Amino acid sequence: MSFILSASYFAAAVLFILGLKRMSSPVTARGGILWAGVGMLIATLITFLHPDIHGAGNYALMILAIGIGSAIAWWTAKRVAMTDMPQMIALYNGMGGGSAAAIAAVELIGGTPLNTSTKTIAVLGALIGTVAFSGSMVAFGKLQGLIRKTFRFNGQQLSNMAVFAVTVLLGIGIIYSAGSGGFALFLFFVLALAFGILMTLPIGGADMPVVISLFNALTGLAVGFEGFVLGNPAMMIAGIVVGSSGTLLTQLMAKAMNRPLTNVLFSQFGSAEEGAQSEVTGALKPIEAPDAAIMMAFAEKVLIIPGYGMAVAQAQHKIWELTQLLQERDVKVKFAIHPVAGRMPGHMNVLLAEAGVPYDVIYDLDEINNEFASADVALVIGANDVVNPIARTDPESPIYGMPILNADEAKNVIVIKRGQGAGFSGVENHLFYADNTRMLYGDGQKMVSELISQTKEL
Amino acid sequence: MIEGFVALYIFMLAAITGYEIISKVPVILHTPLMSGSNFVHGIVVVGAMVALGHANTGLEQLIGFLAVLLGAGNAVGGYVVTERMLEMFKSSKGGK
Repeated sequence: MSFILSASYFAAAVLFILGLKRMSSPVTARGGILWAGVGMLIATLITFLHPDIHGAGNYALMILAIGIGSAIAWWTAKRVAMTDMPQMIALYNGMGGGSAAAIAAVELIGGTPLNTSTKTIAVLGALIGTVAFSGSMVAFGKLQGLIRKTFRFNGQQLSNMAVFAVTVLLGIGIIYSAGSGGFALFLFFVLALAFGILMTLPIGGADMPVVISLFNALTGLAVGFEGFVLGNPAMMIAGIVVGSSGTLLTQLMAKAMNRPLTNVLFSQFGSAEEGAQSEVTGALKPIEAPDAAIMMAFAEKVLIIPGYGMAVAQAQHKIWELTQLLQERDVKVKFAIHPVAGRMPGHMNVLLAEAGVPYDVIYDLDEINNEFASADVALVIGANDVVNPIARTDPESPIYGMPILNADEAKNVIVIKRGQGAGFSGVENHLFYADNTRMLYGDGQKMVSELISQTKEL
Repeated sequence: MIEGFVALYIFMLAAITGYEIISKVPVILHTPLMSGSNFVHGIVVVGAMVALGHANTGLEQLIGFLAVLLGAGNAVGGYVVTERMLEMFKSSKGGK
């Protein structure tokens, strides 16, 4: 490999690592993606000079493929709404996994014979990449609402394991076969695709962020492995860095949701095991917008707890307007964000940031949970399970042990909610029945607009 | 192919680097960071270009073509969504 090629890949690897590092602080985050972007640009452009590339036809195909792939991705990424971000990450991640698997396919079919260890890494990367590809596509389909059903049947784990075992055996066969494997290779990819689909289908929507994060890490790993096969240091380093950071991120997410990773992957959540739930006591007490507005306008401290329902109702801009009105009246307003508010950790922060809410009035669960006792009003909008006190009290409940925001400790709680249904987990929310809770029924955006106009009149 | 222990060293150091980068991240940046790391593994497009570049048969060209297309999608899509998310992070004191 020529000096200029090696130097460029080295620069790209450095830029990726520094870029990711900068992305881990809100102050430098924007610069971070730019750095990584420059790294990517350098690496891509210099690869046109790669000595292994030959043939005008291949160059033409390359430019065509880059053009089509980039155009589709650019177009979809620009248009997607912020609320739909998680499934887009799944989609682009799946594409990366598919790409890594396809590289492995070319290398395994290709004329240059590979030694056993290289073949092993290629097959491993192919397996991981293919599973990440088909799994991510299912995750995308589920979050996008294209796949609505959760497919479950008895012995599902066992049959999945069987598919996986056969795939692995085929893989081993390919590694030790003399040629390219031919039909066995084809069958290997088909089964790996099937396994990715089968393992993702039974996973519920609430667990999907963790799964997407896992597939993100897996794609990183697959890319890293194919980097080893091709002897491409930029791919190796970027892939493995993403693989390990993605694994840690997945663990952090799973921990925030109090769902061990094994439960996410191998158990069934929010489906059958209802029934053994403690009785709810008390009644739902409705409130009208004018009263709620007065309650907040004359409060000293208001904590707002937004949930995914707020984002669906597109109420975040209105919420910020209301916040500013309250701030003018010298009410202290803070946003309390549960780690899994929105659809993945940090998603809610993005949605609020989009509405113009500065990040220094937004607080994590750990930072704010002891402030509820001194708050006059806790305004819950579109959140449900994350404020359910049953998670602290009832060991029978499926959400028991999940860290929650202690909204019930505030002097008054106002809950803006569309109807009387239960949350994502299907568990009744005891907070809604508490003595200090009032329910403000209606569409999130409409209700907040009413709160704004009522507050203005005071 | 980078052989044996050199490969292992690279693997280990890169893994530790990834772990270190993410271990001190505030929750508010989890989604952008996941999106950012999603972009970074878009580097797969480089490998896809090499794979397509040394393809000899029609089948290899077809698979290589798909690899480049998917890889380019990963990189571009990953960049644009991350950029869009991070664009919105600002503090109440103004500035970035």
